[in-house]
Amino acid sequence: MNLKDLLLEKKSSILKRWFDTIVASYPPDTSNFFKSNHNQFANPVGFTFSEVIHGLFEELLQGGDPERYFPYLNDIIKIKAVQDFSPSQSVSFLFLLKKVVREELRKELQRNQFQDELLSLESEIDALALLAFDIFMQCREKIYEIRTNEARNMMFRLLKRANLVCEIPDGNQGLGEETVLTQKIEG
Amino acid sequence: MANPKPEELIRINHVPPKQAWMDTRPDFRPGMFCYASKAKSLEYVGMPNPRQWSVKDEDWHLPENWQEIFIEGLRERVDKYRSFRLFLDICVRCGACADKCHFYIGGGDPKNMPVLRAELLRSVYRKYCTTSGRIMGKIAGARELTIDVLKEIWYYAYQCTECRRCSLFCPYGIDTAEITILARELLNLLGLNIDWIAGPVANCYRTGNHLGLQPHTIKDSFDMFIDDLETITGIKVSPTFNRKGAEILVVIPSGSMFADPGTFTTMGELLLFHELGLDYTWSTFASEGGDFGFFTTNEMAKRLHSKIYAEAKRLKVKWILGGECGHMWRVWHQYHNTWFGPVDYLEEPVSPITGTRFENAKSNKTVHITEFTADLIKNGKLNLDPKRNDNLIVTYHDSCNTSRGMGLLEEPRFIINNVCNNFYEMPENTIREQTFCCGSGSGLNASENMEQRLRGGLPRANAVRHVHKKYGVNMLACICAIDRAVLPPLMDYWVPGVAVTGVHEMVGNALIMKGERKRTTNLRGEPLPGMEGEEDV
Repeated sequence: MNLKDLLLEKKSSILKRWFDTIVASYPPDTSNFFKSNHNQFANPVGFTFSEVIHGLFEELLQGGDPERYFPYLNDIIKIKAVQDFSPSQSVSFLFLLKKVVREELRKELQRNQFQDELLSLESEIDALALLAFDIFMQCREKIYEIRTNEARNMMFRLLKRANLVCEIPDGNQGLGEETVLTQKIEG
Repeated sequence: MANPKPEELIRINHVPPKQAWMDTRPDFRPGMFCYASKAKSLEYVGMPNPRQWSVKDEDWHLPENWQEIFIEGLRERVDKYRSFRLFLDICVRCGACADKCHFYIGGGDPKNMPVLRAELLRSVYRKYCTTSGRIMGKIAGARELTIDVLKEIWYYAYQCTECRRCSLFCPYGIDTAEITILARELLNLLGLNIDWIAGPVANCYRTGNHLGLQPHTIKDSFDMFIDDLETITGIKVSPTFNRKGAEILVVIPSGSMFADPGTFTTMGELLLFHELGLDYTWSTFASEGGDFGFFTTNEMAKRLHSKIYAEAKRLKVKWILGGECGHMWRVWHQYHNTWFGPVDYLEEPVSPITGTRFENAKSNKTVHITEFTADLIKNGKLNLDPKRNDNLIVTYHDSCNTSRGMGLLEEPRFIINNVCNNFYEMPENTIREQTFCCGSGSGLNASENMEQRLRGGLPRANAVRHVHKKYGVNMLACICAIDRAVLPPLMDYWVPGVAVTGVHEMVGNALIMKGERKRTTNLRGEPLPGMEGEEDV
């Protein structure tokens, strides 16, 4: 048996523990809610956490392209980025997986089994954390971009309304005749 | 301090401190609150204690007797509004509402559980208005009104959009939104409003609309619509303004005269009214259906709302047709009759096109535009080509105020199903009466509180994302001006690829008009399905 088989065998207990550890970073009422309500729409945060850690765990076992982790990390980090978390807290849930795996496999690890495989898994998790940090920054930049766009759109509408700006019309609108630039080339 | 070692840096305590909620001070996080009201806005409408202050400052420059003002105000309102006293008294903290608030679901802050948010004020009520609270204090759930408590009430009263989703689940029928409404009213006694509400209130009082659009600006806006519509349809619509003797006064939210995509909804309405040959007028004075006074105090709500009727009386119209707006309808449906009773100088609305009598509007003489249009379609009065909207895969967001606040559920859906071919509902527990708020209602649609808006809108966006993935939904329809303003950024963050539209924009696109030229673009100037590359035909 290799580490991957063992992780697969203990998958449900590892995921449960990982999930519990993640939601424990919220106040007790909230973590109970995230844990107890399984409706995708009534409890989108708890549901997303659960989906994401399942997905990430599967991908970790299969190994491979970091691109495949992206949608999962994106889903969870997007949420963390608008909640009351610092950047480090937002990505810390990945490091918690190391702790959970070590605890779950305590006996096996005491027997010095799977040391190399474990090191490789943990390196993979470290790489995920770096990716997660990039995504966190993208989310925060997006929030500020949205804020800036709101202000910019408002300003532009005001300028337009005050006849202070005159936009170039879209495409060839306003040009009655076909020109070299607008004619359709057949064949 | 020496630089921390790597192992110290990663030592993060993930468990929040165990403190009783009464002892947790509010942490004013940037992105989670709106800027403080300006003195000039409050002064203009005669609100008490106008001054410059800042939320992040330790000193809010409160009047010396602020406690007395707040407590007296609380006592006065408890005596005046039986419902308020009842809502404060009868909650058994069963928790049915706890996980129904979009801010709590999306953010996880326990003080956004409606029960606990109400408890912030309830604890003060117990202390100063009940014998048990006065004597037993904390044991009876009562607490002193300290400066921190006041700040906490402020912080969370402006983290509730008064959407009333929680009240739907309360076995006692407690309307927690009413508690927020009165908490804000009490805070206003101390000049503690937010700029995004106080500014529009002052504007509305002065110029008749939240944006401060003056009559000539409104006229200019419509001139732009008229030009654009002529380019698109070949038809020159000719709306009138402040015309005495018109049959109908049309009142819409001012956002739809100014901000995209609301402007396209207004353009759709202009086409519809022109095609019907409706005898109607716009007013440049009653130029706001919305009522930010409703987010301030009962008196201010009434004061701003009354202009619509003053104008209807002045213009001698028969009845009022109200546009696609959210809280405007809550005010009309739930408060208007209490304030003014039946209006005797207007007539019971009858559609001049179908002859349908709108008995539901017998008292306030105001018809919702989706009721009006649904009736037209039902009676076969409109020539519609839903294929023109074939590029849209649509879902519908029930605005809180029109769905929970007035029960308007079927009409918008009926219209959508007649003007487009691809319509998919979001999951059952996220629509109709159970709809999730956009996260920015009740005057919280400022920019500085973007994190708050994005987390509050998470449950709504999550449901949109579901139908976006499952059916390819690319258009979110709604009938509220705040929705049209705030859902685009919400989609941009959570569900890129989904745009936002008013229902009457789609009506305008589908409407086949007498004498129109072959349409190649929709009201946004984008090519109609199958017309790509033919914009200049």
